[in-house]
Amino acid sequence: MNATDASRLPELLEKNEERLVTEWTRQMNGPDVRNDALRARETQEQCSEMIRLMVEATRSGNVTEINAAEWNPTKDLLAGISRARAKQGFTPAEVATFVFSFKRPVFDLIQEHHADQAELMMSEVWAMSALLDKLGLYTTEVYQKSREEIIARQQADMLELSTPVVKLWEGILALPLIGTLDSARTQVVMENLLQSIVETGAEVAIIDITGVPTVDTLVSQHLLKTVAATRLMGAECIISGIRPQIAQTIVHLGVDLADVVTKATLADAFVLALKKRGATVTRQAAK
Amino acid sequence: MGDYLLVTIQVDMHDRLALTLQDDLTTRIAQTKARAVLIDISALDVVDSFIGRMLVSISAMSRILDAETVVVGMQPAVAITLVELGLSLQGVRTALNVEKGMAMLRDLLDASEELKDAGSSE
Repeated sequence: MNATDASRLPELLEKNEERLVTEWTRQMNGPDVRNDALRARETQEQCSEMIRLMVEATRSGNVTEINAAEWNPTKDLLAGISRARAKQGFTPAEVATFVFSFKRPVFDLIQEHHADQAELMMSEVWAMSALLDKLGLYTTEVYQKSREEIIARQQADMLELSTPVVKLWEGILALPLIGTLDSARTQVVMENLLQSIVETGAEVAIIDITGVPTVDTLVSQHLLKTVAATRLMGAECIISGIRPQIAQTIVHLGVDLADVVTKATLADAFVLALKKRGATVTRQAAK
Repeated sequence: MGDYLLVTIQVDMHDRLALTLQDDLTTRIAQTKARAVLIDISALDVVDSFIGRMLVSISAMSRILDAETVVVGMQPAVAITLVELGLSLQGVRTALNVEKGMAMLRDLLDASEELKDAGSSE
């Protein structure tokens, strides 16, 4: 497109803003789009804003390269709309439809103003179509990214939730591990435990793996390192809840648990820990 | 009688400083006839294999001079680094903090006193 053709678009868009907004919103309230009075108002404002920003952007003469600086305000607006709608549960198609619904009103407008110049009309229509395609696809990209961000944040939350360190007794901490241990999680576990030991001054830590279905070499190495690090710091680690399958796996993997204290159940580990602290549990005589 | 030496390391140790520490400490132990040395490394965020070996050496030297050593306040990051480096700090006693370290030293000194008494009463 050459400069003289491009210059008509900003003018057209600016002069016909109200009509475009009306027809655009009508276009959007099709059968496959959600409907809502509050949203209608909000959508109208978004359409007006979008048209205004497009007027500014197209004035620069650039209607093809949306990664150039002049298109940033428009892209920012679209990114905001996309993220908000992603959170509200709209599908990517519904979000992109916001942009694509603009095609009909604009094409009608261009047709009216260039009715007698077939070639010019074609090139303007084509330019607008390509531009709106790019902007529509941009909203889909933003949508994807924001979903990915949500997933990543939920994963981080899950990681936090599943590695709590609990205090069993004065100077005795327990770390009940549940679920599959992968390398990243085990590292978080290790750091959390060591940090808790420093903060509480606990001398015994019990790592209970009853809730861990499988253990591989990497994980057993991490556990051994945790035990070693605890000892270096001046505390002790007991590993409890080793299931028969895990015991077999550990032996088959050739992992050496020689200087690690292990107990079958958390209860046994607790009794041992109490002994180390010089405490015993006695049953009161029956009354 | 028992004399306690408290060493607090507050600066990131570079090698020459570590050697100076070794010298100073052994001299001090001999001078004051200290029986217990508490090395507080809670201010160290970073430890390398040289420092690790230095701690082992100090423990060994002190024992030869009839003093017990306990290293206290090891930070988690330091413990993890030492484990990754494969340093087990053999023969170095550790405790979580100064209080526990002192308690440990007191027990050790009492135990060795008992042994001496038992030996001399025969």
